[in-house]
Amino acid sequence: MATRNMVEAITSALDVMLEDDEKILVFGEDVGKNGGVFRATDGLQEKHGERRVFDTPLAESGILGLSIGLGAVGYRPVPEIQFFGFVSEAIDSLTNQMARMRFRTNGTLTCPITLRSPFGGGVGTPEIHSDSYEGFIAQMPGIRVVVPSNPYDAKGLLIASIRSNDPVVFLEHLKLYRAEKMEVPDDIYEVPLDKANIVKEGHDISIVAYGAMVKEAINAATILEEIGVSAEVVDLRTIAPLDIETLQQSVSKTGRCIVVQEAQRQAGVASHVMSELAERLFLDLEAPLSRVTGPDTTYPFPLGESMWLPNAHDIVRKVQNIMENY
Amino acid sequence: MSKLIDFKKILKQTNPDVKPFQIMDEKGDIVNDAFMPDLSDDQLIQMMEVMVWGREYNNRVSILSRQGVLGNLPPTEGQEASQLISQYALEKGDWLLPSYRDVPPMIRHGVKTRQAINWYNGHTDGFSYDKSVKSFPPQVIIGAQIIQAAGVGLGLKLDGQKHVALTYIGDGGTSQGDFYEGLNFAGVYDAPVIFVAQNNGYGISVPRSFQTRSKTLSQKGIGVGIAHLFVDGMDPFAVYVATKSAREYAVSGQGPVLLEFLTFRFGPHTLSDDPRRYREHEEVEQWRSKDQLVRMRKFLERKGLWTQEHEDVIKEKTQHEVKEALDASRNVEKQTVSGYLESMFEVMPQTIKEQFEFYKAKEGQ
Ligand SMILES: Cc1ncc(C[n+]2csc(CCOP(=O)(O)OP(=O)(O)O)c2C)c(N)n1
Repeated sequence: MATRNMVEAITSALDVMLEDDEKILVFGEDVGKNGGVFRATDGLQEKHGERRVFDTPLAESGILGLSIGLGAVGYRPVPEIQFFGFVSEAIDSLTNQMARMRFRTNGTLTCPITLRSPFGGGVGTPEIHSDSYEGFIAQMPGIRVVVPSNPYDAKGLLIASIRSNDPVVFLEHLKLYRAEKMEVPDDIYEVPLDKANIVKEGHDISIVAYGAMVKEAINAATILEEIGVSAEVVDLRTIAPLDIETLQQSVSKTGRCIVVQEAQRQAGVASHVMSELAERLFLDLEAPLSRVTGPDTTYPFPLGESMWLPNAHDIVRKVQNIMENY
Repeated sequence: MSKLIDFKKILKQTNPDVKPFQIMDEKGDIVNDAFMPDLSDDQLIQMMEVMVWGREYNNRVSILSRQGVLGNLPPTEGQEASQLISQYALEKGDWLLPSYRDVPPMIRHGVKTRQAINWYNGHTDGFSYDKSVKSFPPQVIIGAQIIQAAGVGLGLKLDGQKHVALTYIGDGGTSQGDFYEGLNFAGVYDAPVIFVAQNNGYGISVPRSFQTRSKTLSQKGIGVGIAHLFVDGMDPFAVYVATKSAREYAVSGQGPVLLEFLTFRFGPHTLSDDPRRYREHEEVEQWRSKDQLVRMRKFLERKGLWTQEHEDVIKEKTQHEVKEALDASRNVEKQTVSGYLESMFEVMPQTIKEQFEFYKAKEGQ
């Protein structure tokens, strides 16, 4: 076992899976010699050869279209979109093709594709590099959207995604790539898809988050603990489809819930979590469901992002507000 | 000032007038003997049979569609050679990635006629092909199948299979970005793909001249450095030789080929469209004289290989086939929403499980 940061955990997952199954192919812009712009595929081409790990022309629609064709003839493509904002170049492949392949062929053709892509703000990227587009992909039935929040989960979830015969969009938060190191096993292991994780137990309020917001939620819970509020933190891990069972258990126990997302407030994952819980748990609730999100603007330029992004203090304030009023 | 660059001259050089590759002319005479394929009498007859089948199939399903028995239909009259002779030139194990208009070649490739009929009606039986049938379902999004073909081709190449992926697109579709990306990707990876642009003159109402300024669609291959050919798509021999040659070239590892088949859609875009709004009657008549069935009939009759009686037998058989398929299509299990939900994921998530139970109960009532 070695200590790894998230990007190293991802490289390790790709490495062991390339070793494990010769049908797995890793490709995208600059993933070969360069090892990806974030080094997520570092050394993989050297080790596994140009047949298994290769560069593509600069065309996102081409990359995903290629994946669909490869998937149909028995390969297990793990394409990379260099920054998730650029997925809009390939929306047809994702929503009209990958998401529906099993449905429209009754399972005779499937898309065992894991699309990996960095996303998320806080690292001062140019336009379109940081946008949180997970909400609109999550709206498409037929695709799993997975967002790890730490190195251990990242490796295990990525392996489970690659092994899944359904398409997965695997989103790696830019800020988390090198944020922390933890023990990550060298071998293959899975963290199950479709399962949320109770990161911290508590009994006053549930804080539901995913990706980089899990850290903020944990920090908020620590601060809240000091002022006598016991918060439970739920990491969604798979944001589509939702693990409603775990959410339901947590919120029916605490009676209060806020959802935290970095993405803009309108529509999106938080709204969906809230509506599912409102519909199922109305009588168990002791306070209105609420959320902490980014504002409804286009993702801002680097100078504005630290103020724009929700943080632990926003979460603490929101929780205090709820605890005081209900 | 120094001399200006003569762009007009450069354009003329790079965008030249070319004649389509032809073997048999409109009178049924062989005009390019060097390329006349070595086909047995049986094969020549088969080629005619398959085209007669295609035309009769189109007639029958068009009638069914007009009667409201089938959903909206994209007719194929005029494209028998480009669709069915190109498929005829393939080998078992080659992949087909068709557009919504290419249902007839799918049937020749192994999709059951019943399934084709169910496809027009939107039943998932129309998509559930046997694993041995190497075909994608018809693609409605213009251009998507082109990039997917690059992937299939690359997969076949990585497997060391001596097979190709053949994909069809219309003249309108060649304007789509995915068309370019597919050609370019296949080129970069030397993927064994045959891209067939069926230039039938119109994309719904928009004429070919409004799609691009390039003189041919096939020359778009130049931009990505892949082999390409402009072909008389109503000459069955030219289509056959072009596809066979492209196949040989692609499976030998030399890369993809773009073929443009110049043809004509005698009918409307779909049966809900009125071509009188955008097309003169004379234009249609002009193309009638180039018809592949007329040419091939003349050619075979001269050899004593074809009679009206033979043609009538094929038509009758086709009518029977469509009728049987229609009956069979009515016998497939009723489409259910719970069935849809079942096919969303391999492992059913909790949210879908709940909805599945709901619709199961609703359907049981
Ligand atoms: C991406 C996309 N845009 C628009 C349409 C609507 N549409 C369906 S067929 C068609 C014209 C296609 O023309 P062409 O590619 O020449 O094919 P043809 O029908 O003539 O064979 C259009 C615009 C579509 N299906 N997909």
